[in-house]
Amino acid sequence: MNKPIRRVAIFCLVLVLALMVRVNWVQGVQATAWANNPHNDRNKYDRYAYPRGNIIVGGQAITSSDKVNGLRYKYKRSWVDGPMYAPVTGWSSQSFDASQLEKLEDGILSGNDSRLFFRNTLDMLTGKPKQGGDVVTTINPKAQKAAFEGLGNRKGAAVAIDPRTGAILALVSTPSYDPGSFSGSSDADSKAWTDLNADPNKPMLNRALRETYPPGSTFKLVTAAAAFENGKFQSIDDRTDTPDPYVLPNTKTELKNSSDDEPCENATLKVAMDYSCNTVYGKIGADLGKDKMRAQAEKFGFNNDKLDVPIRPVTSVFPKASDPAGTAMDSIGQHDTRATPLQMAMVAAAIANNGTLMQPYLVQQERSATDVISNHTEHQLGQAVSPATAQKLQQLMESVVQNGTGKKAKIDGATVGGKTGTAQHGQDNAGLPFAWFMSYAKGGDGAQVAVAVVVEDGSQERNEISGGALAAPIAKAVMQAVLNK
Amino acid sequence: MSTFDLNAQSSSTGRRANTTITPQAAPNRRNTELAMLGFAVAIPVLAYANVGLAMDGALPAGMLGYGLGMAVLALLAHLAVRRFAAYADPLLLPLATLLNGLGVVMIWRLDKAGKLLRNNFPAASNQLMWSGLGVLLFIGVVWLLKDHRILQRYTYISMVVALVLLAAPAFFPSRDEDFGAKIWIRFGSFSIQPGEFAKIIITVFFAGFLMVKKDALALASRRFMGMLLPRGRDLGPILLVWLLSILILVFETDLGTSFLFFGLFVVMLYVATERTSWIIFGLVMSIGGAAVVATVEPHVKTRINAWLDPMAAFGPHPPKQSSEQIGQTLMALGSGGTTGTGLGQGRSWLIQFAAKSDFILGSFGEELGLTGLMAIFLVYGLIVQRGLRTALAARDAFGKLLATGLTSAFALQVFVVAGGVTGLIPLTGMTMPFLAQGGSSLVANWALIAILLKISDIARRPTAEPAAAIPEPTRGPAS
Repeated sequence: MNKPIRRVAIFCLVLVLALMVRVNWVQGVQATAWANNPHNDRNKYDRYAYPRGNIIVGGQAITSSDKVNGLRYKYKRSWVDGPMYAPVTGWSSQSFDASQLEKLEDGILSGNDSRLFFRNTLDMLTGKPKQGGDVVTTINPKAQKAAFEGLGNRKGAAVAIDPRTGAILALVSTPSYDPGSFSGSSDADSKAWTDLNADPNKPMLNRALRETYPPGSTFKLVTAAAAFENGKFQSIDDRTDTPDPYVLPNTKTELKNSSDDEPCENATLKVAMDYSCNTVYGKIGADLGKDKMRAQAEKFGFNNDKLDVPIRPVTSVFPKASDPAGTAMDSIGQHDTRATPLQMAMVAAAIANNGTLMQPYLVQQERSATDVISNHTEHQLGQAVSPATAQKLQQLMESVVQNGTGKKAKIDGATVGGKTGTAQHGQDNAGLPFAWFMSYAKGGDGAQVAVAVVVEDGSQERNEISGGALAAPIAKAVMQAVLNK
Repeated sequence: MSTFDLNAQSSSTGRRANTTITPQAAPNRRNTELAMLGFAVAIPVLAYANVGLAMDGALPAGMLGYGLGMAVLALLAHLAVRRFAAYADPLLLPLATLLNGLGVVMIWRLDKAGKLLRNNFPAASNQLMWSGLGVLLFIGVVWLLKDHRILQRYTYISMVVALVLLAAPAFFPSRDEDFGAKIWIRFGSFSIQPGEFAKIIITVFFAGFLMVKKDALALASRRFMGMLLPRGRDLGPILLVWLLSILILVFETDLGTSFLFFGLFVVMLYVATERTSWIIFGLVMSIGGAAVVATVEPHVKTRINAWLDPMAAFGPHPPKQSSEQIGQTLMALGSGGTTGTGLGQGRSWLIQFAAKSDFILGSFGEELGLTGLMAIFLVYGLIVQRGLRTALAARDAFGKLLATGLTSAFALQVFVVAGGVTGLIPLTGMTMPFLAQGGSSLVANWALIAILLKISDIARRPTAEPAAAIPEPTRGPAS
């Protein structure tokens, strides 16, 4: 009887081996796939199983992790000045995932980044609890506050950049939301989330990065840049050959200026910029043609769909194909031209920085509980215009603030250049226009800032909406905050 | 009994007769067993401390009581073995103690999670009580069962008892929480799972019957379609009992136990007759039977679908009667990875209530990782190996058959449960011996280990005298 018993023993061995092979397959080969399965709730719980790292603004943490000590979730995220910083931080919710920096920097904040592996292992061995790392932003809290309070309860956005480095100093979108209102997993959190998503004012839309607007007259600087770069004009005082009104090429449509008594006929570039003459810059654009215009716009960052800061903005567009009439309209920031507030801030920044366009960035530093893991290294996106052209554009913008539509942005003791814009939109321009202001300021002590503000406001009478009146004071407040004036 | 065994016995007797001085007693390995029991108690106690530290940051309050309780139970069992089965295999008791202890710790750990989740039905204290009862039964069997051959007398009574036990649950109302399987007998809050006991009792019947009929089954066969088939009067009764038990189980939709009984039957028939044709015959029948049951029984169909696509239950349109448990277990195993999350630090309560019963292996896999599961499979493998070693060493055909049967039943149960939980084979719903929450299973498996120990004691005991016709093995060693 022993022979069959031995065979039974071998059979049992095979059974045990089969089990071992199976668990090796599941826990070894397939482990990561099962661990990261979207239905595996462990990942959701893990993110809140220990304190998350913080997002730092101006040396202060604007986030914290509150101990709630449930079995599922041990911590809950909360934010200081949540609505003000929401376009930067995004949210990190137990039930609704995460967005923006909370999502993109999750590796550091959660402490799971591979660069933290050594530190984590050390902590595990020494028995320290796991801790996320911190993310230091470039945001200037005073500028952020100035922009947020300036926009108030109007719909709009503001972006401020340090032209020399590309550091984003302010990033505001209104109306905003409090990410803390749905950071948990209770019914109240679900309701807050549902309500915010259903709100017609779209408070969760990041207007500074994720919404494009027709840039309107602010785009005339790009057109002027193209004119200088292509040798069409040498000086800002060159007289243009422009009729008023200007009939769009191959059409009978007349392009007009905002009022008939403006000195736009054959105006110099400077005067045309001061008065924001549509006729002059429309004609320049049409004369240069769509390809030269597009090439210049792209040097400023248009049509770049990978401009991560690290939050990816939607692509600002200068159209590839337009007829000459369309190109004329594109060149004054109407028709198919669309830009994010970030994009227009980049245009202002490149001009202020003598033509060099820096990569805009939001994260200065990533660090673990004890060490710096990475520091941002500035880098050039490209030379948008030559320094000579940049000088001329600066003269144009400074003149606008001194003599033109941008007077409300004047700051004592600082050099300020700006450009207003009042962009028509909607079917037959039926929507209330968007008020734009883009500008830069240089303080005596070398501080610099470039700002773009857009206000899409329905609360005022149509004829009162203008970039100079609505957006310029906000930009001024932001610039003052940065320059410390 | 084979001639080899007869020779071995007579030669050892002969040597004894020729010596002038009393030889040293064969080592009985009792001290080895005691030392290993130390580990078998220490490991679960440390695991208990580990859970407390991980979940509360402090040593659990019940640690001393648990440690002492386990130590006392293990010591009592050891003393009983020392006294009544001195030559028994030294590994079986420590291995069973280790698994039982780890099971209680994991159940306690999941109780704590249940408390925090507010769906609390604490089971650890019950499991501890059942462990005590299991060890008491173990001691009782070691003490009262003077020789396993006595069981041979109860061959036909065993048959009746097994059938009654199996049929009983059909007369009790099933409950919603039983999920389709009618395998419990309930008295108020008290419930037993008679299948676990029937497993042992039917093995006794098979062993007794086959021992008597094995020659007839092996030799007096007729050729039918190229195969040698035994005569009806030899095979008839056993086939009938087996068929009855399968029918009852199919009626009660207890798939695991039906499969177990089938496998047990084939293995024992093969060992008794030494004919490979039985294996082929058994395989053909089981595949055929499984195919029929799978197409007829909706409960089985659900199980097979869940095996083929464990994540179907998570989809937007989960099929009717689908279950998340396999998918949850696979995710638990995947999250555990190679080294696991550490005891008390996993989230296997996501497998829901079954995390401490049918799916406890998933909990271990998550918290102890691949490493832990491999160790647990090794412990089970060792128990099976020691059981079959006992069968090889046994000097009587009944003992061989009984040890093989009990061990095969144990091995098949481990394979069916572990294979089902890890997604190797369709889930059939049985308990993981010693680890899983459940009194009947625990107590029955302690009895199983006790019988194996008795068989090994007789097998390893130095034979001072020629074996008596009627066994009287109550003498102590070296007497």
